[in-house]
Amino acid sequence: MATIHVDGKRYDVDGADNLLSACLSLGLDVPYFCWHPAMGSVGACRQCAVKQYKDADDTQGMLVMSCMTPASDDSWISIEDEEAKEFRSSVIEWLMINHPHDCPVCEEGGHCHLQDMTVMTGHDRRRYRFRKRTHRNQYLGPFVAHEMNRCITCYRCVRFYRDYAGGADLGAFGANSNIYFGRHQEGVLESPFSGNLTEVCPTGVFTDKTHAERYTRKWDLQFAPSICQQCAVGCNISPGERYGDIRRIENRYNGEVNRYFLCDRGRFGYGYVNRRDRPVRPEWRRDRGDTPVTLDVDAALDLGADRLRSARRVIGIGSPRASLESNHQLCELVGEGQFSTGIAAQEQACLAAMQTLNQTCGLPTPTLRDIENHDAVLVLGEDLIASAARVGLAVRQAAYARRTELAGERDIPAWNDEAVKTLGQDSYHPLFIAYPTTTGLDDVSEASWGLAPNDIARLGFAVAHAIDAGAPAVEGLDEATREAAADIAARLMAAKRPLVIGGGSLGSVAVIEAVGNVARALARRAKRASLLLVRGEANSTGLAMMGGQSLEWALDELSERRADAVVILENDLYQRLPGARIEAALFTADTVLVLDHQRTATWQYAHLGLPAAAFTEGDGTLVSLEGRAQRFFQVFDPRYSRPETRIHESWRWLHALRAGMRRHAVGEITLDGVIQAVAERYPALGAIRDAAPGADYRVRGLKLAREPHRYSGRTAMRAHIDVSEPRTPQDPDSPFTFSMEGFNGFDRPREEVAFAWAPGWNSPQAWNKFTDEVGGHLRAGDPGVRLLIPRPGHYRYADATPPAFAARDDVWQVVVLPRLFGGDETSSRAEPIIERAGPAVLTLSADDAARLGGEKGRRLRVAGAAGGITLPVRLDPSLPAGMVGVPAGLTAVLASGEWVRLSHDVEATEHAGTAPASHTRDDAGDRP
Amino acid sequence: MLKKVLTGTVSQLRTLGMIFMHSFRKRETLNYPEEPLQLPPRYRGRIVLTRDPDGEERCVACNLCAVACPVACISLQKGEQEDGRWYPEFFRINFSRCIFCGMCEEACPTSAIQLTPDVEMGEYRRQELVYEKEDLLINGPGKDHDYHFYKVAGMAIAGKDKGKAQNEAEPVDVKTLLP
Repeated sequence: MATIHVDGKRYDVDGADNLLSACLSLGLDVPYFCWHPAMGSVGACRQCAVKQYKDADDTQGMLVMSCMTPASDDSWISIEDEEAKEFRSSVIEWLMINHPHDCPVCEEGGHCHLQDMTVMTGHDRRRYRFRKRTHRNQYLGPFVAHEMNRCITCYRCVRFYRDYAGGADLGAFGANSNIYFGRHQEGVLESPFSGNLTEVCPTGVFTDKTHAERYTRKWDLQFAPSICQQCAVGCNISPGERYGDIRRIENRYNGEVNRYFLCDRGRFGYGYVNRRDRPVRPEWRRDRGDTPVTLDVDAALDLGADRLRSARRVIGIGSPRASLESNHQLCELVGEGQFSTGIAAQEQACLAAMQTLNQTCGLPTPTLRDIENHDAVLVLGEDLIASAARVGLAVRQAAYARRTELAGERDIPAWNDEAVKTLGQDSYHPLFIAYPTTTGLDDVSEASWGLAPNDIARLGFAVAHAIDAGAPAVEGLDEATREAAADIAARLMAAKRPLVIGGGSLGSVAVIEAVGNVARALARRAKRASLLLVRGEANSTGLAMMGGQSLEWALDELSERRADAVVILENDLYQRLPGARIEAALFTADTVLVLDHQRTATWQYAHLGLPAAAFTEGDGTLVSLEGRAQRFFQVFDPRYSRPETRIHESWRWLHALRAGMRRHAVGEITLDGVIQAVAERYPALGAIRDAAPGADYRVRGLKLAREPHRYSGRTAMRAHIDVSEPRTPQDPDSPFTFSMEGFNGFDRPREEVAFAWAPGWNSPQAWNKFTDEVGGHLRAGDPGVRLLIPRPGHYRYADATPPAFAARDDVWQVVVLPRLFGGDETSSRAEPIIERAGPAVLTLSADDAARLGGEKGRRLRVAGAAGGITLPVRLDPSLPAGMVGVPAGLTAVLASGEWVRLSHDVEATEHAGTAPASHTRDDAGDRP
Repeated sequence: MLKKVLTGTVSQLRTLGMIFMHSFRKRETLNYPEEPLQLPPRYRGRIVLTRDPDGEERCVACNLCAVACPVACISLQKGEQEDGRWYPEFFRINFSRCIFCGMCEEACPTSAIQLTPDVEMGEYRRQELVYEKEDLLINGPGKDHDYHFYKVAGMAIAGKDKGKAQNEAEPVDVKTLLP
C-alpha cells in the first residue's frame, strides 16, 4: 500500500502500480493512449502528463508521464494543474495535426477513445494550417479494415499483436513522419486474435469489417450480456443489434474469464444468426418429399402434440450447443429414459472421463485469468489455438510471465513493459506440448512433440510415473520418450504452480486418462497445481453434468423401431455421425420434430420444424470448460422488426409441447421458473440459480437498460410497417428492458453489464469504471458461478496404458484436427469465417506424401468404412508417418482413430463441404 | 370626477375610431390556400436531403441527425457505394413525430439534411407522413452551395485518391531512405 496525494486529496493505492493506473482505479480521469491495462506502459504518447511535486511544500513541481511513474508512497501530484492541463491539450492538438477530418465516415466514431480524450482535454479548434500526412491502406482480410490516416502512432496495435498475442505479420515500418503500421505486404492477418485490434486501437485505424457493410454507431445498438457460443471457453460478450440483425460482438469484461480480449471466431463468427435462410415460422411437411407449409404457433403446437401423443415412444436428442434449460425441458418432455445428449459415443466417453477427472484428480480447475499465473504448463493432445483459442492466449501469457519474474528480481516493475521485454528477451516459463501436428503455441514452447494420440497418452503416463513412482509405468517405452518424460516431470516439480492441460479434441480417452494421471501424481506430491480439460462445444460441460444416452443409442432405438418419434433439439446430427446411419434412423421414425435456428441438413428431414431462438433471441445458461455456469440474455425481440417471425426459445416450445401432449393449458413459463426446475432436478447444477440475478433484480428500483441513453430512431425505425408504434416488447425473463429506460450507470455495482458506458467514456476503455481496480474484477463480482469443485478423497491411478502407435503399410490412422475457423457447427455458417477459413486440407507427413507421390497441393481421397472425402494435401513437419489429419467440421464420415485408405483423386469425386477459393488481392496501387 | 368621465369617453371614442380605421388598412391575413405562403428562407419546415455541387448525395449516413433528434423520428442505415462513399441505404423521417426543431440540421457535418420553408405537409392518413429517402432527396445543394465533404475528408473514394483532399500531402512511402 502507498499513500498518494492528488490535487490535495489523500488516497491509499497499490504501491506496485504506476500513477496512471492508480488514478484510473480511483476513478480519476487522466487521458491516455499508449497505456493499456493488459499491456503495461511504454510512455510513447505523452498524453498522461501530470504534475509531480517533491513534497507537500513544493509549489514548482515538474511534469511527469503518469504511466511511467511509480505510485510510490507519499507522492504528491496534481492532475488539474494548469501547466499539466495545457501540456495535455497541446499533446492532443499535435496528435490531431494529421487526423483526417473523417469522423462522420469512420466506423470508430461513437466508441472512439481518441474522440473521448479530445473532448476530455478540451481541444476543439484546429490551428495548424499546413498539410496533413497521409497513408495508403492495406487489405487485411475479411475481419479487419485498415485506414492508416487516422493513426496517432501510439504503438498499441503492434504491442498487442506481436508482444501479447505472438503474431508476426503486423509491424511498425519507417519512423517519425514516415511511419506505417501494417503488414509487409497486403494480405490476411494471420493471428487468430486480430479482431482485438479493433478494440485495442484507440482510433479508427483498425475497425470491424464484418460490421462495416451495415454499420451502426454504438449508441444505436441494443446490447445484452451474453456468452460466446463458438467454443467451450465461455468468454463474455456483448452482441449489439439494430433493425433485427446482430451487427457486432463486443468484448464484455469478466475479470476471471476473458477480460479484455476475444478470439476471432468468437468476435466475427456471429453471422449465422443473421442468415436470411433461417427458419422463422414453424414448418410442416407430411412426407419428406413435400414442400413444407408454414404454420402459426398454435397450429404447429397442436400438430406436434398430437403426433407425439399418438407415438408409442418418443426419443429426445439434446445438444451441447443448446442451453441447460432447453436440454432439461426436452428431457422433461420425453422422460429421462428416452433422453440422449446428442453427442456421439466417442466424444461422450471423453466428456464423461473429463467430468470424473475434474472431481476426482484432486486438482482445481483454473479460471482463464488464473492460467496466466502458472509457471510451467504441460499440454497433452490439444492445439489450444484451434480448440480453445482464448485459453491458448492465456497460456502464452503464462509463458511470457517469466519475463515479469526476471524483472521482479531486479526491481523492475511489471508494468514497465519495454524494460521487462528487453530484460526477458526470449526467456519463457516452460511449456511442453504433445500433439500430432505443429500447434499455434510452438513458438513459446520449450519442447513440442508430434505424436500419435496413443503415444501422447504414453508420454503422459510416463510423466505421471516420473513424478510419482506409485503411478503405473509404461511398458516398452523408448529411451527418447523416457528422457522427455523425466525432463517434463522435473520441470513441473520445480515449478511453483504447474498446470496440466488436456482435452477431448483427439477423441481419445487414453489421453484424458494420461492427463488425469499427471494431475493425480502432482496432487499426491502435494503440488499447488491445476488441471484444465478442454471440451468442444459451448455447453458440453453442462450436458455431461446432466447426463443422457449417446447419439448412437438414440439412432439405434429409432432404426430398430423401439421408438417411433424423435424430437431433435438444436443439433445437426450430420455433423456428428455418418449420414447413412442418421438417414436410416430418421426414415424409420414416423415423426421427426426438429427445433433449430439454422436450416441444417437435419432440419430438411423434419416433419415438423419449430424455429428456435439463437443465443441472441433467447435466454439460457451454459457451463464453460472451467465449470462456470454463465447466463446469456436475449438481445432483441425478433418480432419487433420482423412481425412475421415466430421465433421462441427452445425451452418455451418444449414446455408448450409438453402441456399440449398432456392436454393441459399452456401455463406461464419464465426463465427463472425453468432455472429453478433444472436446479431442483440436478443437484450438481443447483448453483446455476446464482449464475445471474433473476428477473426481479432492480437497481435503484429500475430494470436495466439494453439500449444506451442516446439510442436514436425509436419513432421511425418501425414507421414503414406501421406509423403507430407498438408497446416496447416486455421481458418477463430477465431484469433487462428492450428500451433505453432503465439503469445503465457504473456507480452502483452490478454483475450483468449490457454495455460499458460512463460519462466521457464511450470506448471499451469505459470498463475501467466498472472494475474494482484497473484490470481487476467487476465491483459486484465477476458473473457466473463455478460448478466443478474437486471432491476430496483418495483416487486410484488409471492403469490402462495404450499400446504404442505403429504405422501400417497401406492404411493410415485418421486424426480429426480441430480448426478455429470452420471447425464448429454454427460459426462455419458465417460468411467472414468461411472466407477466412480458406480451403480445407488433408494433413500428411512429408514421408507419407513422398511415398504416395502426393506432393503439396495434390488432391487425395480418404476412404473409410462409412465414406470418404477428397481434399488437397498439406504437409506438416510434426505429424508422425502413418497418420492423416482430417479437418474438423467438414464431414462426420471419418472419426478419429479409424484406419483409412488414401488414393489419388482420379475423377472429380464428390465434395464434402464448401471451400471457397482463398482470397487474393493484387491491387498494385496499395503499398507498402 | 368630471375630468375622469371626459377623458374616459374620449379614450373610448378614440379606440373605436382606431379600430374602425383598421378596416381601410392592407390585410395581414392571407387567404391561404388561395394565396400562396411566403415564408422567410430560414423558416424551419419540411426536411430535405440535399446533393453536393457535383450532384452526388451529400448524406454519409453518419447518424448524427438521428442521435440529435429529440423525438427520435429519424432512422437510417449506412451502406457503401462502389466508389467507397458512405450513403444511407434507407433514410426515414416520421413527420408525424417531427417537431421541426432543426437540431438535425445543426448536427449534420455535411450540410446534407436541411429544413426548408415548406409547411404544406397535411395528410388525411398519418401513415402518409412517413417519408422515405426518395421523398426527402432533392436535386440541388439547398442553402449551402459549396460544401463538399469528400473534398475535405481524408477518406479516399474513387476519383479522389489519398493525398488529394484539402491540405493533404502525398501518401508516405515507408521504403524511402530520404529524410
